Amino acid sequence: MDKKMITIYIDDKPYQVAAGQTVMQAADKVGFRIPRLCYHPKLSIEGACRVCIVELEGARNFIASCAYPVADGMKIRTNTPELRSARRDIVELILDNHPMDCHTCERDSNCELQRLAYSMGIRKRHFEGEMKHYEKDVSGVAVIRDPNKCILCGRCVRMCSEIQKTSVLGYAHRGFKTVVMPAYNMPFRDSSCTACGQCINVCPTAAFLEKDYTQELFKKLNDKSILKVAQCAPSVRAAIGEAFNIEPGRTMEKQLAAAIRRLGFDYVFDTQFSADLTIMEEANEFLERLQGKGKLPMITSCSSAWMKCLEQYHPDLIDHISTCKSPMSMQSAMVKTYFADKIKRDPKEILSVAFMCCTAKKYEAARPELEVNGMRATDLVITTRELAWMIKSAGIDFLAIKGEEFDHPLGLSSGAGTIFGTTGGVMEAAIRTAYELATGETLLDIEIGAVRGLQGIKEGKVVMDGKEIRVAVAHGLGNAAELLDIARKDPNRYHFIEIMGCPGGCVGGGGQPYANSNSIPLDEECLMKRAEALYTLDRNKTIRRSHENPDIQRLYKEFLGRPGSPASHKLLHTHYKQHFPVGIIPESLKQQKPAEPANK
Amino acid sequence: MADTVVKTADPKMAELRKFMAEQKKTQYNDEASLIAILHKAQELYGYLSVEAMDEVAVTMKIPTAHIWGVATFYHYFCLTPKGKYVISVCLGTACYVKGADEIMSKIKDELKIKVGETTPDKLFTLQEARCLGACGIAPVMMINDKIYGTLTPKKVTEILNNYRKQG
Repeated sequence: MDKKMITIYIDDKPYQVAAGQTVMQAADKVGFRIPRLCYHPKLSIEGACRVCIVELEGARNFIASCAYPVADGMKIRTNTPELRSARRDIVELILDNHPMDCHTCERDSNCELQRLAYSMGIRKRHFEGEMKHYEKDVSGVAVIRDPNKCILCGRCVRMCSEIQKTSVLGYAHRGFKTVVMPAYNMPFRDSSCTACGQCINVCPTAAFLEKDYTQELFKKLNDKSILKVAQCAPSVRAAIGEAFNIEPGRTMEKQLAAAIRRLGFDYVFDTQFSADLTIMEEANEFLERLQGKGKLPMITSCSSAWMKCLEQYHPDLIDHISTCKSPMSMQSAMVKTYFADKIKRDPKEILSVAFMCCTAKKYEAARPELEVNGMRATDLVITTRELAWMIKSAGIDFLAIKGEEFDHPLGLSSGAGTIFGTTGGVMEAAIRTAYELATGETLLDIEIGAVRGLQGIKEGKVVMDGKEIRVAVAHGLGNAAELLDIARKDPNRYHFIEIMGCPGGCVGGGGQPYANSNSIPLDEECLMKRAEALYTLDRNKTIRRSHENPDIQRLYKEFLGRPGSPASHKLLHTHYKQHFPVGIIPESLKQQKPAEPANK
Repeated sequence: MADTVVKTADPKMAELRKFMAEQKKTQYNDEASLIAILHKAQELYGYLSVEAMDEVAVTMKIPTAHIWGVATFYHYFCLTPKGKYVISVCLGTACYVKGADEIMSKIKDELKIKVGETTPDKLFTLQEARCLGACGIAPVMMINDKIYGTLTPKKVTEILNNYRKQG
């Protein structure tokens, strides 16, 4: 270890810690868990909440341990009666301006503020001051905002500007009247919000939530006149167990199929099937582009938050985007055409529901250009969190349920479809198939380590038919912007780029279960475990390449013809266009230049 | 991105763009000059319009949410267009004991607006002030640059009617 080691005293005992870190970080490593609220290891240090104060010998006031650097010989106390009392007062003051409605709150039992209040020993409210009252913003189809629940920790603002670099959220006004909101207090629907949902993930309370469609779904599940068809994204199975207090990293694939069926669905399909389908189309498109039909590098289009981000901030790259729809939309298109034909059912009587790890998919499902034959392809999108709640609410014992298989003909998938759920997965899956399509040989070493892992930008190379194919992968919209800048400066550097809107890819999606009491939102270890769970599923499958999936082969034989056929173009491909968020770009500038105002 | 200067028919916007270009040359970073630029925009337009803030965002590459944060933080910045006549009613101590609250409520009744608002015909904007330095003639109000002292509710109505006549 290069770092100099120093001695600090915590609660009168000496500890050897590395220099150059904060008191909180050092204390964490030697087994102290100082209470905290606004702190998040992936975000900059704000020191807004003051919950993490500790006593430092010789200092006049308590210091915020999240922001204070360690120094040799410093003496820290973490749990004196004065500290406990001061911390409790701080949390009580936050609570004073917070609605007293825990028992009817969406985040009841999953709220960091609630946990903190409990651990501080707050058993009654001492302060009764003025409270804020704001309108809820429920205008968006994916994310809703309730400023009354906001405690101004600023995690969402930092997430939005530092990790996603979309800077949709900011503080407005001052003092008691401070509110977190999009620019100009625009409704979310009109703002440049990409609906990635990371604000929901990092929010300690219920100030941000996904728009709830569960009641509507429960009602429709009881309607005998419609056929209820579900699909379930890869990373839902990698994370839903956490909502039932299972350690991250255990997949619940078969239980999930069984539980969804018990909710009242007639058919339970797998989005991984259409992930395979996406690969067939995308690999084909990529090879066509390699032969000069279209621009390189080709950029993936599976992530809905990324698509909105692209249309707003990177319109110059629209020609580089794969025209393939996302797996969810492909699946829904197949449900309402191929499958409806097969079972001889009017597609208008089919309810297509997608269980996704994603909030932006709610936005995607509502995009008009994804309609199929004049119908909405995906009728409802339900997040992993909502699904877990529905399972509990319907009285299904998820952990005791006997596993079942997904239904045919849209439920069988290869390992390539499984790994879609993690960053680098789409790239890896595409290479597995593209290699074989291009060379006629089977790619033997199919686990492509270079595109795996949580590094922000990953680069890899494959030699295909004597030609070196250079690929790059980014996850999180901030990393994406950085990667695209590299690609803009050096247009020949890459052939193929995968971008996922959320940290870690879909496993870190905005609709995944909240962090458990002993974890933090978007904990890297947790994301790694979810990803590893998907890689394990892949390893245990006999079919690991999309084109070897017999149901995919049948779909092409019976219905689509071949990848890139007119039928696939009609149903599986779409287009993107520059999109101006209302109120962001002045009218006079619209014709003149593509602008990237908020994506600094 | 290249700083393409976009031709526009709006001379105020052209001046704002010129100001921003100067700031870019002199300032250490783009955000450092944000407040100065917003001052300039308000000086030119009388308030900060969404269009002006968007323009600043695009030119200076500052997120709009951040500009909105600064614009709402400082009371000096005004986010709605002001009326032709800006009425500042002094609520300082001397005026207050002389019945400034009555003056204020009379104006509110007459114009049917609250403090900080502008009448729908864009004629009047109502503001509070803290001592205009004319305590000798309290209660006092100021309309644009003109001071009116020893006010009574009746006088207020007359003054406002005069302005209404002028249009």
